[in-house]
Amino acid sequence: MPERRPLLLLLVAPALAMVLVLFVYPLGYSLVSAFTDRGGQPSLANFAKTFDLYATDILFTLVIVVASTALTGLLAAGIGGYLVLGAHPAAVAVLRWLYRWPLFIPFIVAAQCMRTFLAKNGILNNSLDALGLIDVANMSGLLDWRGIIVTFVWKETPFVALLVSGAMAALDRASIEAARNLGAGGLRILVEILIPQVAGVMTVGLVLAFVTMLSVLSVPIMISGGSPTMITVDMAFRVNSYSDYGVANALGFVSYLIAGLAAWVYLRRNLAGGAVP
Amino acid sequence: MRAALGWLWRGGVLGVLAFAIFGPLANLALWAVAIQWYFPHKMPLTYGFRYWGEVFKPTSDAFASLGTSLVIAPMTVIVCLLLAVPAGYALGRRLLPGRSVILLILLLPQAFPSVAVYLNIARVFYRVGLNGTIAGVVLVHAVHGLVIAVWIAAAAFAAVDGELELAARNLGASALRTALTVTLPLAAPGLMAAAIFVFLESLDEFTGTYFVGVPDVITLPLIMFTASIAGNYQIAAITALILLVPSIAFMLLIERFLNTEMLAKVG
Repeated sequence: MPERRPLLLLLVAPALAMVLVLFVYPLGYSLVSAFTDRGGQPSLANFAKTFDLYATDILFTLVIVVASTALTGLLAAGIGGYLVLGAHPAAVAVLRWLYRWPLFIPFIVAAQCMRTFLAKNGILNNSLDALGLIDVANMSGLLDWRGIIVTFVWKETPFVALLVSGAMAALDRASIEAARNLGAGGLRILVEILIPQVAGVMTVGLVLAFVTMLSVLSVPIMISGGSPTMITVDMAFRVNSYSDYGVANALGFVSYLIAGLAAWVYLRRNLAGGAVP
Repeated sequence: MRAALGWLWRGGVLGVLAFAIFGPLANLALWAVAIQWYFPHKMPLTYGFRYWGEVFKPTSDAFASLGTSLVIAPMTVIVCLLLAVPAGYALGRRLLPGRSVILLILLLPQAFPSVAVYLNIARVFYRVGLNGTIAGVVLVHAVHGLVIAVWIAAAAFAAVDGELELAARNLGASALRTALTVTLPLAAPGLMAAAIFVFLESLDEFTGTYFVGVPDVITLPLIMFTASIAGNYQIAAITALILLVPSIAFMLLIERFLNTEMLAKVG
């Protein structure tokens, strides 16, 4: 006897209501607030002010997030590829043990780690100094846009690599062996055979990483306090210092647009492939 | 000779990777046991556990925030599972009408950057008196954890062998009894994973608490953040280590509960 369908709907209803009330409603509220002035009239004044004050930060955010996502993708593909193709079981085992450590480390802890590691007097500079590669006295540390990228890549690579290596391991090994027998090297097999077959999974992972980076407030504040900074920091500043919800929400709308860009890339891929996620 | 060069190369790459992964953690650990450390000294001048005493002193802000975090996280798990278990059960069955639309709505919180949403939740909460309350923070953590909880729960229920449920029904068990005595126990490991995940998400959550809780409800990540911004790296490092322990433990344990095969069943 099949279960009654209305009953199943009833089971989903509370969770659905929770998301509608505590996510969709505030989301709609932020959109309305972005497009109205303080008197409640429809207006684009918030956006004029936003681009006037924060055009640099918007660009800065876009560059950081795109660069971090690209680096994450490259590293994840490399790690996944070596885990599947690596010829030395010991090296593969070490890599498998190594790469996952940052996976569940909170962003805020990662930010604190990097705040000390990448500082002028951090372990990074001091190690390079000990190797004779740099002189700490003349170095300033990496606590700026570079530090934000390093932290994002450090934190997001294990997640994408986990998805990618899982998908790669599930592939039919016959085509890999065939390519190998024909004399293809590891890099060529990775780029021409493995990556095209796991591109769907990789895109999902990278889109999720992309949106996550756009949502993190602690990392940009803790790594690089000064200007220019990411728009998440600007949003918090507009609200905390001026109670200016209009401009904060306009910035929020810009962050939705940037995330929408990623979603569009993802959807286009799926439509082109005719596949459903 | 070539083999030796190969190992030199592999060892070098793995060494750099190990340094990149453990270097930042080592720096944190050093700060946790440093008492005095300033430029240009490459290592701390004096070591000790004085700051640990400060963090774990019952009257300290850090200790109080640990207590707050340990109240909020279990409450979030309860709220989340009460919502996610029935939803995951229903979503685990393919015959749920409008299943893909419902999944899409439940996935929305993962698809949008959350800062703007949080600051508007804070605005709404302020109006209804939930701002700066434990309940308000629990709700914000719960909606954040709900997506993953529903996803894992749905995967866990979908992985339950339908034949066993049919057998129970054929032997005369009611739908409810089958769900409670057959389906639920079989899905329990997945639900356990969901619970641990939500617990960790709540323990580590920063942005939502920053907008909704502060200054009345201060959780451990907020104390860590405040200490770090104030330049008090010892306190920041020690509180960060407290947050780190459950995260690492979960990473080492997760394979027992979850595998990619199970995750692949949802979608």
